[in-house]
Amino acid sequence: MITSPLLEMRGISKGFPGVKALDNVSLQIGRGEVVALCGENGAGKSTLMKILGGVHQPDAGEILIDGQPVKINGVTASMKFGIAFIHQELNVLGNLDVAANVFLGREPKNAFGLIDSKKIHADTLPFIQRLGLNISTRTRLDQLSIAQQQMVEIAKALSLNARLIIMDEPTSSLTLTETNRLLELVCELSGQGVSIAYISHRLGEIDTCADRVVVLRDGKNAGELTHEETSHDKLVNMMVGREIKSFYVGPKGTKSPGFFKVRNASSSLHPGKKVSFDAARGEILGFAGLVGAGRSEMAKAISGLENSPQKEIVLDGKTVSIEKPRDAIDHGIYLAPENRRAEGLVVEMTVRENISLPSLENFSSFGLINRAHERKIAAEQVSSLKVKTPGIETKVLNLSGGNQQKVVLGKWLAMTPKVMILDEPTRGIDVGAKAEIYRLMRELADGGAVILMISSDMEEVLNVSDRIAVMHEGEISGVLERADCKEENVMQLAVGKKISAAKPAVNN
Amino acid sequence: MKKEIGIFTLLVVLCAVTGFENPRFFSEANLTDNANLIGMRGIFSIGVGLVIITGGIDLSIGSMIALNGMLLVLALTEWHWAWPLAAAFALAVPMFLGLCHGVLITRFKMQPFIVTLCGLLLYRGIARYIAHDTTKGFGEAENFKTLQYLASGRFHGFPMPFLILIVIAIIMWVVLHRSVYGRYLFAVGRNEEAARFSGVNTRWVIASAYVLAGLLTGISGILFAFYTNSVSPSSQGNFYELYGIAAAVLGGCSLRGGEGSILGVLIGTALLLVLENLVTLLGIDSSLNFAVMGAVVLVGVLADQIFKNRSSKKIARQPK
Repeated sequence: MITSPLLEMRGISKGFPGVKALDNVSLQIGRGEVVALCGENGAGKSTLMKILGGVHQPDAGEILIDGQPVKINGVTASMKFGIAFIHQELNVLGNLDVAANVFLGREPKNAFGLIDSKKIHADTLPFIQRLGLNISTRTRLDQLSIAQQQMVEIAKALSLNARLIIMDEPTSSLTLTETNRLLELVCELSGQGVSIAYISHRLGEIDTCADRVVVLRDGKNAGELTHEETSHDKLVNMMVGREIKSFYVGPKGTKSPGFFKVRNASSSLHPGKKVSFDAARGEILGFAGLVGAGRSEMAKAISGLENSPQKEIVLDGKTVSIEKPRDAIDHGIYLAPENRRAEGLVVEMTVRENISLPSLENFSSFGLINRAHERKIAAEQVSSLKVKTPGIETKVLNLSGGNQQKVVLGKWLAMTPKVMILDEPTRGIDVGAKAEIYRLMRELADGGAVILMISSDMEEVLNVSDRIAVMHEGEISGVLERADCKEENVMQLAVGKKISAAKPAVNN
Repeated sequence: MKKEIGIFTLLVVLCAVTGFENPRFFSEANLTDNANLIGMRGIFSIGVGLVIITGGIDLSIGSMIALNGMLLVLALTEWHWAWPLAAAFALAVPMFLGLCHGVLITRFKMQPFIVTLCGLLLYRGIARYIAHDTTKGFGEAENFKTLQYLASGRFHGFPMPFLILIVIAIIMWVVLHRSVYGRYLFAVGRNEEAARFSGVNTRWVIASAYVLAGLLTGISGILFAFYTNSVSPSSQGNFYELYGIAAAVLGGCSLRGGEGSILGVLIGTALLLVLENLVTLLGIDSSLNFAVMGAVVLVGVLADQIFKNRSSKKIARQPK
């Protein structure tokens, strides 16, 4: 007798404006099977799972459940097919208790149409017990740890008779013991016949509980390994090896190493971990790493946006104290943040007002803005950065992503940066604007600035950086010189493996 | 600017209609009386407007006016302070209270609504307590004639409060629309996080708006005390915070923050007063006073929102 697998995805393709996220991807999951999905940032793991969860619709391909072709055209449909999606950012209501969260939207009602309080708690209890959770169903969710909240989400999935539970990086914010408990639970659930598909960057965890590992690369199937075949090297080999075009342009100016030194920068995301590194004037130092490695938080710590009491920053031989954002700005250390619209720009204000915001005090007298000067500075940046805008009085929200990013850069270039930190400088920007931003970064470096570029785009990191510092779980796991800037080396360091090509972040 | 022109047109139309129906509207007595009230209300409304631009709200205005009026009366008539000292005291207290609001909001992350609502209750209670809940008047005392003249006198026929408002409005216009600080107020109101990333000391900017609101409230509190010539702690300044908020919103301030202008607040204040005046002059039942105001503010803001939705759709439809 031939039994069809629980789930089969065949030839799935999905494009977003400017990118092909998935190209002819196939995936099979058997009943009670634990499948791990692996791949670099942007390999298409999340998109594939979101298609299963009904968040995205595929452009091509078919999905079969129990051998029957189905259409998953929304989150509700996905739930109806017995698929539960546990997102990285949990979807729980902290102000409601466990039972209310588990039965949200499906509350049992009594004769008066009110919530049947006895029944909702009685119905929740078995799921909580099945997961080995030792909490009352009347506990508010905000009184639980992240791990316990995650368990409540799993309880909810079970209460919906989920046959396949998708977890997107479920262990990224758990402690070691919590992680072990979750992995145990995954094994228990699979023993009970529930299938699990889970995305993880942590190869150790995959080794513990996955029956099979499916690797994606560049939106395509890169291969798969059974539990027995899985090894660290084989996995990394499958994840890397994508075709990367080379467009590296080396520095023209002279470098002065040790111009910018950071010691013991820490952040709230990885308390207890510290980051130290040296950067040269005239170089572009890339920061690679997997999502959640703490790169953006390090940038914020350096810029005084996040509290990092023990950090020491030396600029041009002088120790500078940076306690608040203004201190960093006054020393010429600027940050173009990852989240342009929320942190980089006041989008409802005009191009002029955005460009002048950090430097206003430099061209005002008696607290009054010199408006002619302000307009001149804005116009200069708009023309030198070739911002496509009807004029400097246009509101930034009416510009495209690439032009918005140029406005962010314009803010800082108007003040001649000594250290320019760019966090994901080309995210969501079209190819043409990307090339312009790379050229700008190189010009800035050649002009004598230190450029720190945080990027999750492998092609970008490899082609723009003069050196690459790779971060793993809040620390720099190694620094690669230009000759060693290879995808494989970056990936090895990103998953926390030591390699001989890597140099320590600080030479003592 | 479109918004200001819109409500200014409405103001002119209302004046014309009222004057046409009842010529007493344009009588010198009525006009001076209106100018006087516009002066006193406009000053604190500008303060409320500043706070609203930062994305906050100040509900404590009316009670602050009662408290600082009461302190002024007590200082002049019972404690026999020299008038400059008494006036300085009557300004310093609301500024200090504004600073407290600012600190609670920025340092302790409390919500402006809650902080200033508690202020509304607290200051009213204190004002009544220190006055033993009785009305206190200035009486016939002579030693503060100068202050009395500054607060309720006439200058070339114009009531002093109106002239003071004009001076304050000009200063605040420069501060809000031409100074670095004013730009920071708008930036913080629109996107506090982005302002912080640009090196703006957002906490200081927000807190200072409450201090400024306190100062302006203090000034109008002194004017009101001399206008009524006695301060009844339970009724002085009642609902004034709402006049201020209504004037600011009618004048184009958005409670989401980051939007508003001094001119708009002024026109808003005048419009509300003309509406009150209209109710009296046109013989409309005075119990409908608040209802008329509420309806006009509602319609005004609704019209603005509809207009805004249309124009944003127009932008979306533009070919790229």
